[in-house]
Amino acid sequence: MRDGRKVSVVSDQGLARTRLRALLTYSLQPTAYSLAKRLAGRRLRALLTYSLPPTAYSLLLPALCAPAAAWAHAEPGAASGFLSGLSHPVSGLDHVLAMVAVGLWGAQLGSPAIWQLPVAFPLMMAVGGFLGLIGVPLPGVEIGIALSAVLLGVMVLFEVRPPLAAAIALVAFFAIFHGHAHGTELPAGQSGLTYSIGFVIATGLLHVLGIAIGLLNRWTAGRLVLRGAGALVAAGGAYFLVSAIA
Amino acid sequence: MRTTSVRSRRLSVLLAAITLPVPAHAHLVTTGLGPFYDGITHFFVSLEDLLPALALALLAGLQGARAGRYALFCLTIAWFVAGFAAMLRPTEITTPALAAFVLLGFGALAAADRRVPDALVRALAVLFGTVGGYLSASAIAVETELTGLAVLGASVALFAVVALAAAAAVVAKRAPGRIVARVAASWLAAIGLLRLGWWLGNGS
Repeated sequence: MRDGRKVSVVSDQGLARTRLRALLTYSLQPTAYSLAKRLAGRRLRALLTYSLPPTAYSLLLPALCAPAAAWAHAEPGAASGFLSGLSHPVSGLDHVLAMVAVGLWGAQLGSPAIWQLPVAFPLMMAVGGFLGLIGVPLPGVEIGIALSAVLLGVMVLFEVRPPLAAAIALVAFFAIFHGHAHGTELPAGQSGLTYSIGFVIATGLLHVLGIAIGLLNRWTAGRLVLRGAGALVAAGGAYFLVSAIA
Repeated sequence: MRTTSVRSRRLSVLLAAITLPVPAHAHLVTTGLGPFYDGITHFFVSLEDLLPALALALLAGLQGARAGRYALFCLTIAWFVAGFAAMLRPTEITTPALAAFVLLGFGALAAADRRVPDALVRALAVLFGTVGGYLSASAIAVETELTGLAVLGASVALFAVVALAAAAAVVAKRAPGRIVARVAASWLAAIGLLRLGWWLGNGS
């Protein structure tokens, strides 16, 4: 035991010494420091030389350096932004059907799909929202949303069990349409941050609702109810699809 | 060659967009209980500070107790020191897109649940603590008198939030706790991405 302790103390001291040496070598040694500085300088010069034309710099640099006065009040529209974001995903039945269906299908597929699908959907929906917010057009958004409800409803109705990657890809693909629709319909004059928080929370809660309903899948009668819910979602999606095409 | 040039141009535009400064918002809450409590309240109502801190805490906690502990102390100390620096020499600018980008990055890393070196977590904590603490305190200092007690209050609030979130993530070694932590992180990443899009699209 004593030898063991001794060895441990010695190795601790050795470790501390090695760490100190490493610290001095890699962080303070002048040669390494100057080399790193030169490399960084070269890269920065290359970035500045090749990335933008000189006219862009004449506009960009003042914008970057311009000081501005502070606003002495809270971020405008914070509360209304949150409520608006919270209500937006539940304001359209086509959105609600698809998002609940994601939870239902996840519950049918079981772990890990039960939580991976509801993670993939909000993330990809945020990507769609991002595209909508910055003004990137996406064709057939309403059709895509309605089609998502139809396909997800069919998946639940027939208890389709594709490979996990395929299920995630399907959900992620359609999530972009939902997000894009929300991104282009954002109300002006509200806090972007609180809107985003409300929006993501509402989407997540709709998935949680779907998962909660999907827990019926444990019982035989519950499975039938679940498949019936899938049929309802598909029928609702078909209605919206016809409306979108017409 | 052309591809490299186009890529560099895109990168520089992205960097410029992320770091573009805008006027600072000074949302100091007056509780009537003194600057210490004002500082605590300020942190809780400043979602641009709170959410990235939560995401970083989840990221560090999912890496284990050691990384969580380091992140907790590195972040709080950096925040506190940077807050004092802002008290002496505040800046009038802030970068909301950078905050959104940080939230997206921390959230995505935590949601992916990949092993991140402890040194990187520590570096992120120091970096975020320094920049976030400085900008957050500056936003108050340019408008009102920022005292050391307010900075201390904000740092204590940060410490409490990060300690709780990181500890919850540390103990969540398996499902369902770990899943909850990852889902929360993915929501934070989604919020960051939407915030970034909002800023790029509306400039606010």
